[in-house]
Amino acid sequence: MKQGFPAAAHDALGNEQLRRNLWVATHTIRAKRASVVEERADWEELREAGRALKRRVLRHLDDYLLQFEEAVTRAGGTVHWARDGAEACRVVAELVRATGEREVVKVKSLTTDEIRLNDALATDGIDVVETDLAELICQLAGEGSSHILVPAIHKNRVEIRDLFRERLGVPDLSEEPRELAEAARLHLRERFLRARVAISGANFAVAETGTVCVVESEGNGRFCTTLPDTLITVVGIEKLVPAPEDLEVFLQLLPRSSTGERMNPYTSLWTGVTPGDGPQTFHVVLLDAGRTDVLADEVGRQTLACIRCSACLNVCPVYERTGGHAYDSVYPGPIGAILTPQLQGVDRAGTLPYASSLCGACYEVCPVKIDIPEVLVHLRGRVVAEGPSSRGERAAMRLLAWVFASERRYRLAQRLGRLGGRPFVRGGRIRRLPGLGAWTDTRDLPPVARQTFRQWWSSR
Amino acid sequence: MRISLFVTCLADTVAPEAATATVRVLERLGHEVEFRPEQTCCGQLHLNTGYRSEAAALARRFVRVFGDAEVVVAPSASCVGTVRDHYAGLAEGDPAFEREVAALAPRVLELSELLADRLGLEDVGAAFQHRVTYHPTCHSLRMLRVGEAPYRLLRAVRGLELVDLPEASECCGFGGTFAVKNAETSAAILADKVRHVKETGAEVCAAADSSCLLQIGGALSRAGSRVRTAHLAEILAAEA
Repeated sequence: MKQGFPAAAHDALGNEQLRRNLWVATHTIRAKRASVVEERADWEELREAGRALKRRVLRHLDDYLLQFEEAVTRAGGTVHWARDGAEACRVVAELVRATGEREVVKVKSLTTDEIRLNDALATDGIDVVETDLAELICQLAGEGSSHILVPAIHKNRVEIRDLFRERLGVPDLSEEPRELAEAARLHLRERFLRARVAISGANFAVAETGTVCVVESEGNGRFCTTLPDTLITVVGIEKLVPAPEDLEVFLQLLPRSSTGERMNPYTSLWTGVTPGDGPQTFHVVLLDAGRTDVLADEVGRQTLACIRCSACLNVCPVYERTGGHAYDSVYPGPIGAILTPQLQGVDRAGTLPYASSLCGACYEVCPVKIDIPEVLVHLRGRVVAEGPSSRGERAAMRLLAWVFASERRYRLAQRLGRLGGRPFVRGGRIRRLPGLGAWTDTRDLPPVARQTFRQWWSSR
Repeated sequence: MRISLFVTCLADTVAPEAATATVRVLERLGHEVEFRPEQTCCGQLHLNTGYRSEAAALARRFVRVFGDAEVVVAPSASCVGTVRDHYAGLAEGDPAFEREVAALAPRVLELSELLADRLGLEDVGAAFQHRVTYHPTCHSLRMLRVGEAPYRLLRAVRGLELVDLPEASECCGFGGTFAVKNAETSAAILADKVRHVKETGAEVCAAADSSCLLQIGGALSRAGSRVRTAHLAEILAAEA
């Protein structure tokens, strides 16, 4: 029986509407990205700079984290350390409870999705309102995000109209984007105005100054980070950059790679608290949740350099067909296929490293040059070494290795393959081969050649 | 030049015409081709499926078999990519093995690299009176970065009409064990590739990897299409 990615992909592949939505969306963003990247003659240098900066941060992460804590504290903020998701959720819940509020607004934050903060707060009787338009759509639909940057990429306008008609109480809504946005705006503005607590993620956190940076397109994030009295920011420990000037590199790499824009519409930066301006209480929750384990893996650690641009999703032939839900993680696509198994363990997400044809398109577009195929292959090695690969596969691969270890056995195997395949050959092709149905269900297979190359060579 | 052929286990066993064609074109150009029969598999299948120690043993075998060759050519970009990009990692921790890999890897070339880049050729004296579209396989594009080399060689073939493949740089969905482990996703990717191949109106779809041709050809054959697949070497070996 199929489990994990192949099973989830089966459902997605059968959904024609989803396939069409995904094709249009990924191809549109792909083309936009290509055109804005092409116009930068120094793109490769920028990528190299991004990679080098992230490497430096990861190598000295212990120092940078302490430096960041000190800077935030100096600027009037409070830093909390969370070993795992549960601890982070507990910290945030306590902070919200202390304000006495029952509703908080949240700006799109993958990290808080990763630790299922909304669910945790709900059990405490605290409502979280997602304020990113696409996240709001997912929340109203009761679905998870299916794309890092475009969480509702799996939905088209008509589907969103129907959802808003039902959930926002606007029965006459059309599928015009302007009308859809207006309905969401009215719904959200009310929440912004009454919210006293906000939760945000962070794209970057500057060690030297304690500055936090959020990059977004709608301005809803800025409402969250400026209007409420209390702001709680949840940051993965890998999000640090050394100094403010390093943002120069990332603020060029990120929008071009993600939305295909030269610059994103809203870049919010804040440092601690400023009397009379913006939130007067500021908390940062620094989250580990498996990240130091990733850091300990020499090959895998480059995964932590990810700036969540999602360029790898948009070019991935697998993601384009299956969409994000098949990855069963807040981090879908190629980056999810390497990040999720490292955060959750290869025993829990062992099918994800195999959810790739290793075509290398992801590595080619990655703005910080994460060699995703290299990490995928590395993690496949861990899956085999740490257990969840099947016994049958193990036996077959060992047998094959034994065959390849000797020319004589290899020639014998070719002969056996020719004989064994003979009953299945029809018109020079194998249309059905027991044990290899996964291949022959959709593709013919050539039989072992009547004369292998080495036979031809020795007969010359 | 004395050129040692790495036939690859796949071409040897199910697509020998790609390998015999490689021999023919190199000999026609006046080179001496040798075949070392102790060779088997480069280890890519094991490496990419997660069987690292098995792959390392096959890498050792490859280095032992080909270590003293002047130049090694293979009719497969992905097998060459395995040697050039991954053997160093497999050798890590064994300095002698690392040195052998470092010395050998740069001398292992894919056919179009050898012909166009190393030997500086475009016209290899081939004639092929057909409409051909070329699928630049992922590993020739993104691992070896062979770029224009195969196109230059194909354009110089007499009688050949080369037609552009839409979305050429997209994967065909093969990916080794991916084609079986994620058969449905693989087939969905393949369906688009095959549609693009048919759109070109070409009689022949060519590529530098027998593995991708196995995938594309398998679907064309299943669909009863008249479009056939051919390895780049077969076209370059063809004569009027």
